Amino acid sequence: MQPYKALDYLDLDSEFSQDERMVRDTVRAWVSDRFLPVVTEHFEAGTFPHHLTPELAELGVFGPNLPEEYGCAGLNNVAYGLICQELERGDSGLRSYVSVQGSLVMYPIFAWGSDEQKKHWLPKLAAGKAIGSFGLTEPDFGSNPGGMASRARKDGDSWILNGRKMWITNGTIADVSVVWARAEDGIRGFLVEKGMPGFSAPEQKHKWSLRASVTSELVLEDVRVKEATHMLPKAKGLKCPLGCLTQARYGIAWGALGAALACFDEALSYSKSRIVFDKPLAAYQIPQKKLADMGTQITLGQLMALRMGRLKDEGRLQPHHVNMGKRNNVHIALEIARTCRDMLGANGISLEYQVGRHMTNLESVYTYEGTHDIHTLAIGEALTGIPAYRVG
Amino acid sequence: MKIVACIKRVPATETQAKIAANGKGLEPAGVEYMLSFYDEIAVEEAIRTKERVGSGEVIVLTLGPAEARKELVECLAKGADRAILLVDPAWSSRDSLSTAKLLAAKIGELAPDLVFTGRVATDTDSAAVGPMLATLLGRGCVTDVVKLTIEGGGKLKAERESEAGIEMYELALPALITCQKGLNEPRYAGLKGIMAAKKKPVEEVAVQDVPNQIAVETAQLPPARKEGRIVGTGAAAVPALLEALRKEAQVV
Ligand SMILES: Cc1cc2nc3c(=O)[nH]c(=O)nc-3n(C[C@H](O)[C@H](O)[C@H](O)COP(=O)(O)OP(=O)(O)OC[C@H]3O[C@@H](n4cnc5c(N)ncnc54)[C@H](O)[C@@H]3O)c2cc1C
Repeated sequence: MQPYKALDYLDLDSEFSQDERMVRDTVRAWVSDRFLPVVTEHFEAGTFPHHLTPELAELGVFGPNLPEEYGCAGLNNVAYGLICQELERGDSGLRSYVSVQGSLVMYPIFAWGSDEQKKHWLPKLAAGKAIGSFGLTEPDFGSNPGGMASRARKDGDSWILNGRKMWITNGTIADVSVVWARAEDGIRGFLVEKGMPGFSAPEQKHKWSLRASVTSELVLEDVRVKEATHMLPKAKGLKCPLGCLTQARYGIAWGALGAALACFDEALSYSKSRIVFDKPLAAYQIPQKKLADMGTQITLGQLMALRMGRLKDEGRLQPHHVNMGKRNNVHIALEIARTCRDMLGANGISLEYQVGRHMTNLESVYTYEGTHDIHTLAIGEALTGIPAYRVG
Repeated sequence: MKIVACIKRVPATETQAKIAANGKGLEPAGVEYMLSFYDEIAVEEAIRTKERVGSGEVIVLTLGPAEARKELVECLAKGADRAILLVDPAWSSRDSLSTAKLLAAKIGELAPDLVFTGRVATDTDSAAVGPMLATLLGRGCVTDVVKLTIEGGGKLKAERESEAGIEMYELALPALITCQKGLNEPRYAGLKGIMAAKKKPVEEVAVQDVPNQIAVETAQLPPARKEGRIVGTGAAAVPALLEALRKEAQVV
């Protein structure tokens, strides 16, 4: 295999600081050396390479933009975005693993947890000694989480939780799950630990996408948790889980570019060496048009991601910006993966190459963290001021 | 223990070499740089030695352009304590001896117990600076080390691999070790390390010009490889293949 060469058509490299480039290059090298050699077998087996968790923690990719006092690296958000990009260059499952841990578990504990909860959980999660999951989606409520059926009932100094969550990344393996449920005063967030009576998290099998990632159901049957330790005191209302999603979606907007870059790199080098009708595939106009279109889309996506990152570091990034970034970058990544898959011919459907794996993975990424169409509606609302989520 | 690791900024492995217009070296435009492979091992061994001993300081030292700060910061991110950059406008045309003299002058001031270098820099491939440095500093030196142990009483045990087999040496501090592949597995610069490196000092020192004794006359790319030839397919091709390997390629 040729060494990976990331497309950088407009010399965006010089827009990054030396630290940002060093972070990116470190994660890139790790993915090439340690992750890519094992991803295919894990994808085929439908397993996540758990043996790499200590190395990921050692690198510092869990919650890297959270403060150092919790054992995190305290990086800026552009560096965090670049980490997501490089991880997803490996596999969307790897980026999901890290996104969930950092943006959907560590972030809510950091933002809405008590000091004790932060001190207890954040260093463990940063060190990979505990794994987390985020339970919002339910069998009957995905795009509309506000309709959730999971219930929380107060009982003395405890809460009793009942309900079912579906499609929860890392659920089965999680030591702690951030579970959202409706209480009398609105939606609240709870920390549910593995092994608590009444709580189980069976794995959802037979996925043909994001196979190198654990996806689970969370079943809560009269799970009793202490308010002081297991409820996030400051998390009140749907805006809290949505706020976590904004963090994660920001990372996905970068991550999807990583998958697109991997496919593009593979298809570009393949097209230069594959001889069809006596000439390299890359010498024909149709493939060149595909490459020109894809290169342009990736470059536009990179500009959008970088702009979002700088806005986020200035504290000016708005959720509707992230709607556009996630929607666009995942969409172009999926289209690029499909085109690259095609350009590799039959080899494109083989797991010996990366394009097919990225293509099937991106179908999940297109749906989770707000489907493509839900983001369309969010942008539509930002532009018109008129929400169009409901009929009538 | 005070330890110095010498490193060099070299063209990245993927560089497509082009000869500069003056015909005497590499065209610098478009070249990306990296820490030389064996120097990474030297830095790793320096950090591990400090960790094993439990105290001390690791100083990374390079002679190079101002841009070599990038490679130094990478070493700081991996765990070195401070860095010194001998800024040399003529770095790309330096010969081994003048490089060694300039490094030796600085190392002499620092007076470390142990100096590590890579066995060879991956650009010029001379494997000369390490032993020259040891000579100029009057230190014991073992080259191409694959295993190093720190014994009590200022003694070291070093193993080197040669064509003859494994050679074992004992030597006393202060010493210089050149590092071979296999000595260790260099760590990644962790993200916390990258943040910590921002607070570590990189000292830039202008160097005195020491004249070169060797100059490049001309540099040329190797001739293009001849196109391959398919001698046949399957087991039936084996005799023809052996014949070609024996007669044409003369490798068996
Ligand atoms: C691999 C994987 C991992 C996941 N991990 C997690 C996790 O860790 N935690 C978690 O909480 N969830 C997770 N999810 C769930 C994911 O977030 C939901 O699947 C997603 O929000 C969509 O919900 P849904 O599947 O119920 O689809 P639905 O909401 O039923 O949507 C079906 C279709 O209807 C469209 N649609 C919905 N509403 C409207 C509307 N108002 N107007 C127009 N069109 C509409 C959608 O765009 C989509 O095309 C994961 C999903 C997958 C596939």
